[in-house]
Amino acid sequence: MSITRRAVIKNAVVAGLVTMAGLPKLLLAAWPESAFKAKSMDDAMNALLGTTESAAGDIVIKAPEIAENGAVVPISVTSKIANTESISIIVPNNPSPLVASFDLTDSEPFVSVRIKMAKTSDVVALVKSGGQLYKGTKEVKVTIGGCGG
Amino acid sequence: MHLTRRQFLSLLNAAAAAGVLPVSQGLKAGKHAGVYEVPKKGNVRLLHITDCHAQLLPVYFREPNVNIGVGEAYGKAPHLVGTRLLDRFGLSAENDMAVHAFTFLDFIDAARKYGKVGGFAHLSTLVKKLRHEFGEERTLLLDGGDTWQGSGTAYWTRGKDMVGACNLLGVDVMTGHWEFTYHDAEVMENIQNFHGEFVAQNVKLTEDGFFEDQPAYDENTGHIFKPYTIKELGGVRIAVIGQAFPYTPIANPQRFIPYWSFGIRDDEMQQVIDTVHEKEKPAAVVLISHNGMDVDLKMASRVTGLTAIFGGHTHDGVPRAIEVKNASGVTLVTNAGSNGKFLGVMDLDVKNNKVSGYSYRLLPVFSNLLDADPEMLAYIEKVRQPYLGELQEKLGVADSLLYRRGNFNGSFDQVICDALTEQLDTQISLSPGFRWGVSVLPGDDITMEHVLTQTCMTYPETYAMDMSGETIKLILEDVCDNLFNPDPYYQQGGDMVRLGGMNYVCDPMASTGNRISEMTLDTGEKIEANKTYKVAGWATVGSKSPGPPVWDVVAQYIREHKSIRVSRLNTPKLKNLGDNPGVSDYTT
Amino acid sequence: MAETIKIRAKSTDDTVTVKVLVTHPMETGTRKDSKTKKLVPAHFIQEVKAEAHGKVVFHADTGAGVAKNPYFAFKFKGASKGDTIKISWVDNMGNADSREAVVK
Repeated sequence: MSITRRAVIKNAVVAGLVTMAGLPKLLLAAWPESAFKAKSMDDAMNALLGTTESAAGDIVIKAPEIAENGAVVPISVTSKIANTESISIIVPNNPSPLVASFDLTDSEPFVSVRIKMAKTSDVVALVKSGGQLYKGTKEVKVTIGGCGG
Repeated sequence: MHLTRRQFLSLLNAAAAAGVLPVSQGLKAGKHAGVYEVPKKGNVRLLHITDCHAQLLPVYFREPNVNIGVGEAYGKAPHLVGTRLLDRFGLSAENDMAVHAFTFLDFIDAARKYGKVGGFAHLSTLVKKLRHEFGEERTLLLDGGDTWQGSGTAYWTRGKDMVGACNLLGVDVMTGHWEFTYHDAEVMENIQNFHGEFVAQNVKLTEDGFFEDQPAYDENTGHIFKPYTIKELGGVRIAVIGQAFPYTPIANPQRFIPYWSFGIRDDEMQQVIDTVHEKEKPAAVVLISHNGMDVDLKMASRVTGLTAIFGGHTHDGVPRAIEVKNASGVTLVTNAGSNGKFLGVMDLDVKNNKVSGYSYRLLPVFSNLLDADPEMLAYIEKVRQPYLGELQEKLGVADSLLYRRGNFNGSFDQVICDALTEQLDTQISLSPGFRWGVSVLPGDDITMEHVLTQTCMTYPETYAMDMSGETIKLILEDVCDNLFNPDPYYQQGGDMVRLGGMNYVCDPMASTGNRISEMTLDTGEKIEANKTYKVAGWATVGSKSPGPPVWDVVAQYIREHKSIRVSRLNTPKLKNLGDNPGVSDYTT
Repeated sequence: MAETIKIRAKSTDDTVTVKVLVTHPMETGTRKDSKTKKLVPAHFIQEVKAEAHGKVVFHADTGAGVAKNPYFAFKFKGASKGDTIKISWVDNMGNADSREAVVK
């Protein structure tokens, strides 16, 4: 990211979208830039979570087997792991694999989001709980479409 | 050679004796006396049609000689052709009638002998008879979809001709696929006019649709249509769940139905089944499915609580029900072919609100053997009347058999591809691997109606554009994976894209992205990844193409050539197939 | 500026389900404009959060891998019908927006 956080805030104010007073404290927390810029799943995991180790976990990923549109793939993740703190979503075959990381400390262990998929790939959900990392995967195929029937 | 009635009936009796057709009670006066007698088994009768593709009149339809199964589907129904299919279902090769109904063998002579199949007026007679004999109130007519598309009249009336025909036929419950290639509002209007019920558990409102308050059957669950319905048949409660084609917005344009999302959703299927069992306490829960047979077989092994899946989409005329084991018992899986050629008949024996037995038959609808139902006939004549001039135009004559069905180019596809390359002046042409489209016997006129059965749909526009060799390979690999991915949930159920002007080698057993090689032009020149080629095609899913409808292009080509003889097909050389029972009499 | 945030929050039993749709291009920075053939600069939402009773109940760090016009759904306890929920976002160019909705 080429602009500093201060410049960001200034721009926002200039644009009249928010006032300084209205800028919530949490939005100033560090956005994990190096994790989002990582070009591989391992690099993204190291940058975001400090490890590439994960155990298989009871995680249900709902996603289409074949995407209706690779640019808009609806997925949802439900973690059945006790004390789920966060769910991070990674698409290993995307140029930038990390899609989003959700802090769910104060909500239910569930999230739904629409993601981009450049090509056929696993969708990986990583769940953080009690200092441990758990992983669930589901393959989603991205096709050109047509010619069926 | 045409058979006399007497010869015909005696052959039918031979078929009956072999267990394919119902046992005959002897020949009596009247067209179908004794022949379509289905013994009453049990106390509930479920009739099933699917994938008629708007064929209101009797047609010829050749079954495939290439229907390759890979992975777990290798060598299993429905991936059996010719004698291998006969062997699997214990049908004698001497039983001409069954051979003709279920296989491509000796197609031309057999078609001349036995005449056309299907037609709503003939089907209607058979349906009425089977319902009447069993007791109307204990029967149900199910329709698996792909009913409202596939003919000129369906296209011109936006499916309304078929809604009317289905109302007359007495369809009780249906689901869909090509029904969704009209605009969403038109689909809803057709469903309103349909006297039966339209069910689909796997069609849901998109997130955008939810925020825009688009109409849905259930706002909370997002179901666009009713997921299931309950029917009381003489005191027996039967639940019918619907499963629409899961990949409609991928295989067909999303732009017509922008707020509807599909998918297999087998976890949600399980929830619906469990809810139905708990809330409705039916004797049986059945599914009318447009998954395609491979997907149905997999679903039947994963999902529990279904008595039967009445399947369609893949157009497989499977003579018997396949019994699939799963965690809680057995689910029957059937597939009832296409183009009005078959009627599935399943009788269930229900005792103490439980199914204790079944019998299943897939009856071929031989039009010569069934009187046309006068009311349906009059209806068909009425809806066709305004369009007769266009439909009946004689474009040329078939000098060889024209058909489509099979994993690779059929001869009618070849005509379409040749028409595209010639009329649009390109090196290569692409045509979708649809499974609908009827056959034309050698010596018969090719009418506009024939061309429309092969091409009629709501996005028929053609294109001619430059494509790199790399792009062509990418398209071929992509479609090939929709056909030969070893996991059926990742297949789409169509056949391979048809080609004109080029050839290739195909290895169905190879992994995704590695099945296509040695692409060459018809001249023998190698197709290079970084060179560009002129390519014609039609039926683009992503956006509307600029050219004329494909049927005009094909009609013009036939008018100019007058006599159409297909002597070579741009089918691929097949690699690593071994003795796959899904291939017979294959030529490139 | 037009409203960029649509919210539907519904309480069932003791859980509130929140669905959010944001209007935003979510440009990755690697896409070329079809007319100018120039790269469209990266422009995507980086943080989304939800607050109820002045407390953060949901927080997301997001990248350009989230689809155009982002959609999020989550569930939380501790609010009921009639309570207010506030959703806000900030993107990499410093734009931001927030909106409140009543739980139904």
